[in-house]
Amino acid sequence: MLTIWQRIGLTAFLIGFALFIATLSLSRYTLTDKVLSETVSKEQLDAIRSATASMHGKTYTSSFGFVADYRTAIARLNEAYKQRNETNLLIPDYAFLVTKSASTGFFPENSQLFFWLSLLLSVGGGLLYILPTQRELPGIKNNGIYHSPATNRGWIGIVIGTFLIGFYIVLYFFPEYLTNWVLMFDPLSRLLNGGPASQWFVYGTLYTLVILVMGVRMLIKYRHSRYQQLRTLSVMFFQTAFAFLIPELLALFHQPAQDLKNMWPLDYSFYFDYRIDEKIKAGTLGMFMLVWGTALWLLGVPILTYFFGKRWYCSWVCGCGGLAETLGDPYRQLSDKRLGAWKLERIVVHSVLVFAVVMTALVMYTYLSGQTLLFGFLDSNGVRSVYGSAIGAVFAGVVGTGFYPILGSRVWCRFGCPLAAYLGLVQRFKSRFRITTNGGQCISCGNCSTYCEMGIDVRWYAQRGQDIVRSSCVGCGICSAVCPRGVLNLENDSITTRQTNPGPILLGNNSFRIQQ
Amino acid sequence: MKHLVIIGNGIAGITTARHVRQQDSRVRITVISAESEHFYSRTALMYIYMGHMTYAHTKPYEDGFWTKNRIGLLRGYVEQVDTLAKRVRLSDGQWLDYDVLVLATGSVSTTFDWPGLTASGVQGLYGLPDLERIEQFTKNIDRAVVVGGGLIGVELAEMLRSRHIDVTMLVRDTHYWSSTLPREEGKLIGRHLLRHGVDIRLQTELKEILAGPRSADASGRVRAVVTKAGEEIACQFVGLGVGVTPNVTFLKTSGIELGKGVLVNKYFETNVADVYAIGDCNEFRDPVMGTDGTLRKPIEQIWYTGRMHGETLARTLCGTRTAYQPGVFFNSAKFFDIEYQTYGTMNAEFIDDEQTFYWEHPAGEQCLRINYRKTDQSVVGIHAFGLRLRHAVCEHWIQQRTPFENVLSQFDQADFNPEFSESYINQLTGHVPTRKGWFKRLFST
Repeated sequence: MLTIWQRIGLTAFLIGFALFIATLSLSRYTLTDKVLSETVSKEQLDAIRSATASMHGKTYTSSFGFVADYRTAIARLNEAYKQRNETNLLIPDYAFLVTKSASTGFFPENSQLFFWLSLLLSVGGGLLYILPTQRELPGIKNNGIYHSPATNRGWIGIVIGTFLIGFYIVLYFFPEYLTNWVLMFDPLSRLLNGGPASQWFVYGTLYTLVILVMGVRMLIKYRHSRYQQLRTLSVMFFQTAFAFLIPELLALFHQPAQDLKNMWPLDYSFYFDYRIDEKIKAGTLGMFMLVWGTALWLLGVPILTYFFGKRWYCSWVCGCGGLAETLGDPYRQLSDKRLGAWKLERIVVHSVLVFAVVMTALVMYTYLSGQTLLFGFLDSNGVRSVYGSAIGAVFAGVVGTGFYPILGSRVWCRFGCPLAAYLGLVQRFKSRFRITTNGGQCISCGNCSTYCEMGIDVRWYAQRGQDIVRSSCVGCGICSAVCPRGVLNLENDSITTRQTNPGPILLGNNSFRIQQ
Repeated sequence: MKHLVIIGNGIAGITTARHVRQQDSRVRITVISAESEHFYSRTALMYIYMGHMTYAHTKPYEDGFWTKNRIGLLRGYVEQVDTLAKRVRLSDGQWLDYDVLVLATGSVSTTFDWPGLTASGVQGLYGLPDLERIEQFTKNIDRAVVVGGGLIGVELAEMLRSRHIDVTMLVRDTHYWSSTLPREEGKLIGRHLLRHGVDIRLQTELKEILAGPRSADASGRVRAVVTKAGEEIACQFVGLGVGVTPNVTFLKTSGIELGKGVLVNKYFETNVADVYAIGDCNEFRDPVMGTDGTLRKPIEQIWYTGRMHGETLARTLCGTRTAYQPGVFFNSAKFFDIEYQTYGTMNAEFIDDEQTFYWEHPAGEQCLRINYRKTDQSVVGIHAFGLRLRHAVCEHWIQQRTPFENVLSQFDQADFNPEFSESYINQLTGHVPTRKGWFKRLFST
């Protein structure tokens, strides 16, 4: 039952959100000399100008028509180059920059009005909707989750999922249709990093805002649990400071923009030639980043995971984890708990880890030797671009986040993240972390398994008195929070005390003992 | 034993089946249930109604588990047990032969002969059919009465409140669950129920249920209850939470000896050879004694007890005749947001030989009680509200008759609260907190 404030908030959010989407269609597009000279390289200016002559002075009412005509013209030009074997003259894809620059009319002149209006309405509306949940008494309140079409894979979930999937596809593969958003974010970008916005700046800002607003929701929902509160504050902090502000400010001071908490192999391009060169060029700070980034996965992961389990990263620091733990929290129960899903998970996630290692090794080989081919057929450029689009874009973005309302909040972390796989190996075999089962107190109710975002069948272990030691566990602590009988607790202790081999009967029954 | 037939697929029956299969890969096992195709967790019924989970989530094993482990599941209602011919008759007329029969039929909701009991909208909570009826009866209603101040009563109240239905709760005694809880704890829960909008009426008993006019094909719909004091309380639903009774009526003509439940000895043997009874439905002829030296109730309708019966009986069925020997008593529950765990013997009324230590958090929603003998100071029982305790540690203290002073001074060993929780240990012992440095706190346990 919504309060009046929640109704107002929801309405404001929906208006702000609709307005934000609508801005994408508010521009007109005119190709002029000025547009081209601002965006394409000087050597190619004349060729592009004559190829696109029919577009000049013509005003397009939508980006679709504009982009289509521009692409056709350039394709024709490139075709001619190819026929003449002048491949060195081929025109790269300038569609995004040209479209952004060709935007004219009422919207570009008033983009800040739309920026503030849509953002304030969405964020303010979202908070108005969230804050009144304070009036409920503190405690686990999962009432109605499986009655609501938003959270039980009903029609609202499918609508949201479809939107998210569409958003990621456009963001990764068709950014030229998002240029109006980028225009709106230009002033903020110039303020932070001194340059114009890109689609990635827009995405980063929205990502951070979503984590902050939905983080407030988490803080209220779990206000009876200090573990949950500290964990949520931590992901909010690391996203805002490390993933968003620090890289932008580094760029402002002409330093390599680096998310200092991100690390290889999740940050799969860390050892790509251009990123290494950029750091070497940046001198001491750049070298520090190179050493820091390497030490983080080489030393930080084994040491910290030994002491705390992979949670120190996955549910306290990581950006993907941060989104899953805030925006994804309403969908955590949708993860697949079947044994078959676990089997698939182990194959897929470790394959991605192997893929990431091989890809990086090839890239390093090319960087050091100058050869792109290994064994005569392995092309490092090809392999790395396949990794980038198949794993970096499709798996992590489109599937990982797009399917939140259908498959739960941790699809990427569970099936795809190579860093999670690596952390998981340490956690499984060499860590003090475990989820302790409290004697014979389990009633097999299933809340723990249901609300495990990683799809671990927690109950399977709890009901047989076995500690949960699983490589995929991110230590979010929700199983412990939703347990109605105080059976589960996240603990760090000597590895030898992990109870992974339960006795034949549970604590409380002294009828017999079996000599082990 | 060639064919083991178990009637009832609750925790007791299923535990027996699983443990027998672990020890004997050859025996044929058939589990008969009228209630559900697969084993589900009865304790989670409330969460289905509240929308925390669906029925599928309450099944502890995937459906393929039973085929894989060759545990036959038969859907049907047993109407008759023929112990001479060693067979049971299902309601569809089919007969099934057994070599060994295990009765694990659970309970039914207790009722008294209140006038109006048969009105539509009066319902207890024990199994899936009950849940379906509650779902129907409570659609679009706004007022309900819950009768009984016990565990089922508070579950019903929480379920109804989750759908914003006003609840009046009738409690016979001067505080909540007085059969089990001392006064302070009963009051604490009473306050919590009030905060959750439950109109709790102490020392109030049900006299009569009033129903609307009968229709041709159904009994009238409940419209109010009348208390013994003569007060009429309007409502559209009455939830019954006055306890459960062994489900044994179908055995009356079987020749199996019954008390309130199926009478068994400590090996779960009935008076008939090859027929055993476990879980809610049995009653011990001679009450068993826990290893802590306390007598257990002859009928103990608790999830954990059903499980322990199953674990023990399986061993007997597989060739090692084993007497039931429970350890230190334990149980748990949750009252809205307050979790409850209990270990050992906690009497609602104090007995002369005992002393008690009671601590309550100033906010009034957490408390801890430790009872110990006057004579040797040994701890006999510990229970906690809003705090999580470590089962193994509490059991050890009680089993070893640890003196109260030692228990209190080492109480941090029993702390099972999540990391970063507010520490109450120093409040218990009155010690000034010794602060560990942040480095030590992070890297040591």
